[in-house]
Amino acid sequence: MSKLNPSDRFYSKDHEWVKDTGNGSVVVGITDYAQEMLTDIVFVELPAVGKKVVKGEPLAVVESVKSVSDVYAPVGGEVLDVNTRLEDNPELVNADAFGEGWIAIVKPDNPGELKSLLSADEYDALLQEEKH
Amino acid sequence: MQLIFEISKPGRAAADVPAGDVPAVSLEDVIGASFMREELDLPEVSETDLVRHYTSLSRRNFGVDLGFYPLGSCTMKYNPKINENVAALPGFTGLHPAAPEAFARGNLELLFDMQRLLCAIFGMADFTLQPAAGAHGELTGVMMIRKYFEKKGEKRRRILIPDAAHGTNPASGALCGFETVTLGSNAEGGVDLRRLDALMTEDVAALMLTNPNTLGLFERNIEEVARVVHDRGGLLYGDGANANAFLGKTRPGDLGFDVIQLNLHKTFSTPHGGGGPGSGPVGVGEKLTDFLPVPRIVPCEAGLRWSSDFPDTIGRVRAFYGNFSVIVKAYSYLRSLGAAGLIRAAEMAVLNANYIKEKLKPSFDLPYDRICMHECVFSGSRQVALSGVHTTDIAKRLIDFGYHPPTIYFPLIVAEAIMIEPTETESKETLDAFCDAMAAIAREAEENPQRVKDAPLSTPVGRLDEVLAARKPDVCWSKPKA
Amino acid sequence: MDYCPHTSDDIARMQAVLGIKSLDDLFADIPRKFRLDGLPGVPAPLSEQETLSFMQALAAKNTLPRVTLTGAGAYAHYIPAVVGHLVGRAEFYTAYTPYQAEISQGLLQAIYEYQTMIAHLTGTEIANASLYDGASAAAEAAMLCAKMSDRPRLVVARSVHPHYRQVLQTYAWANGCSVTEVPYRASGRVDLPALAALLDQDVAAVIVQSPNFFGCLEEIRPLADETHRCGALLVAAFTDGTGLGILKPAGACGADFVVGEGQSFGNPMNYGGPYLGIFAAREKYLRRIPGRLAGATVDKNGRRGFVLTLQTREQHIRREKATSNICSNEALCALAACVYLAALGKNLARLARLNVDKAQYLKNRLADLAGWSEVFSAPGYNEFTLRCPDARAANERLAAEGIVGGYDLRADYPELDGALVLCATELLSREDMDRVAQILKS
Repeated sequence: MSKLNPSDRFYSKDHEWVKDTGNGSVVVGITDYAQEMLTDIVFVELPAVGKKVVKGEPLAVVESVKSVSDVYAPVGGEVLDVNTRLEDNPELVNADAFGEGWIAIVKPDNPGELKSLLSADEYDALLQEEKH
Repeated sequence: MQLIFEISKPGRAAADVPAGDVPAVSLEDVIGASFMREELDLPEVSETDLVRHYTSLSRRNFGVDLGFYPLGSCTMKYNPKINENVAALPGFTGLHPAAPEAFARGNLELLFDMQRLLCAIFGMADFTLQPAAGAHGELTGVMMIRKYFEKKGEKRRRILIPDAAHGTNPASGALCGFETVTLGSNAEGGVDLRRLDALMTEDVAALMLTNPNTLGLFERNIEEVARVVHDRGGLLYGDGANANAFLGKTRPGDLGFDVIQLNLHKTFSTPHGGGGPGSGPVGVGEKLTDFLPVPRIVPCEAGLRWSSDFPDTIGRVRAFYGNFSVIVKAYSYLRSLGAAGLIRAAEMAVLNANYIKEKLKPSFDLPYDRICMHECVFSGSRQVALSGVHTTDIAKRLIDFGYHPPTIYFPLIVAEAIMIEPTETESKETLDAFCDAMAAIAREAEENPQRVKDAPLSTPVGRLDEVLAARKPDVCWSKPKA
Repeated sequence: MDYCPHTSDDIARMQAVLGIKSLDDLFADIPRKFRLDGLPGVPAPLSEQETLSFMQALAAKNTLPRVTLTGAGAYAHYIPAVVGHLVGRAEFYTAYTPYQAEISQGLLQAIYEYQTMIAHLTGTEIANASLYDGASAAAEAAMLCAKMSDRPRLVVARSVHPHYRQVLQTYAWANGCSVTEVPYRASGRVDLPALAALLDQDVAAVIVQSPNFFGCLEEIRPLADETHRCGALLVAAFTDGTGLGILKPAGACGADFVVGEGQSFGNPMNYGGPYLGIFAAREKYLRRIPGRLAGATVDKNGRRGFVLTLQTREQHIRREKATSNICSNEALCALAACVYLAALGKNLARLARLNVDKAQYLKNRLADLAGWSEVFSAPGYNEFTLRCPDARAANERLAAEGIVGGYDLRADYPELDGALVLCATELLSREDMDRVAQILKS
């Protein structure tokens, strides 16, 4: 069973989460549901710090033994920091997708973009649909 | 088991080197100390140790000579021993590839005749034998497609690939700078003509089609498919991985294919060597002959010679001329089977696949229930729903029954796919015993699912931790610190 | 001869199970108009005995040379008897790719051992399970550099094997990359200032070979430094691996990728194939390199075992985004190399020394002939380039005596018309070489 989707952040239809840090940047990760679907994550390919990303385009890559998935940028902007702990400990994404398994910190070009994402309730509803 | 490095002992060697019969020079003087390596850390073992080590390893390995190997899409037929003997003749093994043609009359004749026979069997205008494997042949074929449109001055950026295709198809397309577009299959498992009609635009260079496809089904609408592709100025590429199904029954050239690649290590029985070498000849219709890779064999006064004098060629795809020794084995096979043998091979391969399909139908879901060609694709979905036993568990359990598992989880369009290709070289008794084993595993999945999930139980190692292998890769041994 | 075991009774019973009247019914999906009746142009079957006679006659049309003086990417070396016996174990050679690890431990462990030996020999940290041949390995490495850096230019030394440069050109064209050649100097080595002038932010990789096509050893370190200065990567190729028994490998001199031809390690010349594409790299590229990798892991009882690992790089998972499209490789040739290297052990250094001795002897004998002289000054391993009065005539004279002469540079290097690249391995006896000198003298 996936963990509850925290209500302190936004979600994308591609199963990424975005949390506003309150100082002009956002933290991005994949949801617990996503990590569950991927099974054991063996590698996370992180973007370069300073990279400009476009909303909806690949930000990072997560790999399990038999699959590869792009993590799409839920907002456009500049990558300020990445979770380098994942380089040696990709399993953090499985263990704590909403916390220690975060992927990158992005400075959004347009902070208003966050509003176009899903709330936790809306994302819950999306998952209900996907499961049926 | 220990590694060769772990049984190494300083001072031993299994192979010696003759004493020199010329003056020994000083390497420092001739080469210079700065060019010399500091340490050479290879295993040091006696010949006895060496032979026992690799013989023991061989006993931890499964090949066609040990048992049934129904690995779908890989055509693991028996590899006749005579072809090994023939390829080992010193006349074939001992010649340097840059030797003058006068030294290589037999080799040139063999290669030229092989091209001619492949043209006759597959209905193509010409063949190149250079590509080292099927995927290399695909790459060569797609390069020719690219060159064809370059020459015509047309900019076509896309290639259509059915969703059931081998992964090499999209990878080959992408390596030649094409955008690959997935073409969904219809309910029968074939090309969806309506989708093809919509996707086949002026921007599409080719449709890469495997026929019979990876479901083992022959494309009934092939004539219409070829017409649509050609009418829009595109080319039809044929992945010949499944050519064993139609030898002497039909010819891709007649069906409208402009370029096809073969896999001699599948269709023409050359042993796969644990992953290679293979050989991936590419056949082309008249439209594409100018673009074949160089060098090509051409007739000359003295017989045959190599020529690179083809201005529109895509160029060279490897050093020298191809996996020659593999081609020798395939040629020997082809000549020994002859026309009648090839036709019988296709008939028996298709008969065997249909027989297995019929016998296993009660035990497993069959998503596409129609006459198949050389292979049949089941789904393990019923077992997943009933007892949580997955296809991978069934495959591992088959190992305990003495069989190599079928191809699993491919094609991607079948959930929990089990792809079985028996080939023509297996007897009815073998097929019956295999079907009994599959049925027994299906029953076991219901009665004692844990036993299936714990399989294999009979191997030197159990299921291995692939997650660990990928998270903390260890691809080279390092000596423990003293 | 065919290898189908069914009796007519078997076939009848199987048809009954399928509910079909004739085998023709199985091919009903093939549109009638495309159905064949027989295979015109394909001869009748042969018995096993006839097949052997026929193939022996074909092999006999070749002339097996008494002596081969050409190297140029394929080498006549002695193959210890154990290699053929062990590689000839049917459990190995009749297997497919080791996807089912539990019944493929033999091959997987041997590949792991091979990878370890190759990484050590090339002075790198990692090696893959093999690519097709040296030429395609060099091209794959260059394409990877282009892909990783998103830079469109490749620079290749003119002293790299002509086939390798041609294959690189083909792959580069298909990938939309351009290739520029950097000239060699009078020493036979890469012209370093010319290289420096060619390098800029658009260059993804520099491809060199050492010993190069002329037999000369390149100074890898300065080439690597120059290459890295513009952010490009150095791909260093070799064609005769036995030299690594004594030579400092490119991986120890700053090369990012070391690629090469592994045929010399226990594989016959076979008129050009199958050969062994060696691919080794710095560890940081592990998750990007093409081809299969065997990796060590454990089973649930903690026993060591081996699997094909990091498969997400490969085409069957990443499809159009894969690093390469390679699937079948040259596993059996890699196994031969593994057994060969384990058989020789430290004797690989003795073997390499013997090659140097023989090459020096032959070079000195020939350079003493009237009109013969060394072309390049840089030292080499077992190949060297000589200018002679008439290269074509020299080779023809040798051919008349059943000897494959040197590699005539005229076609690939018009500026070196009249020069031959010659090779001497441990297989040449002093007598052979004296005889060669005698033939060329008269």
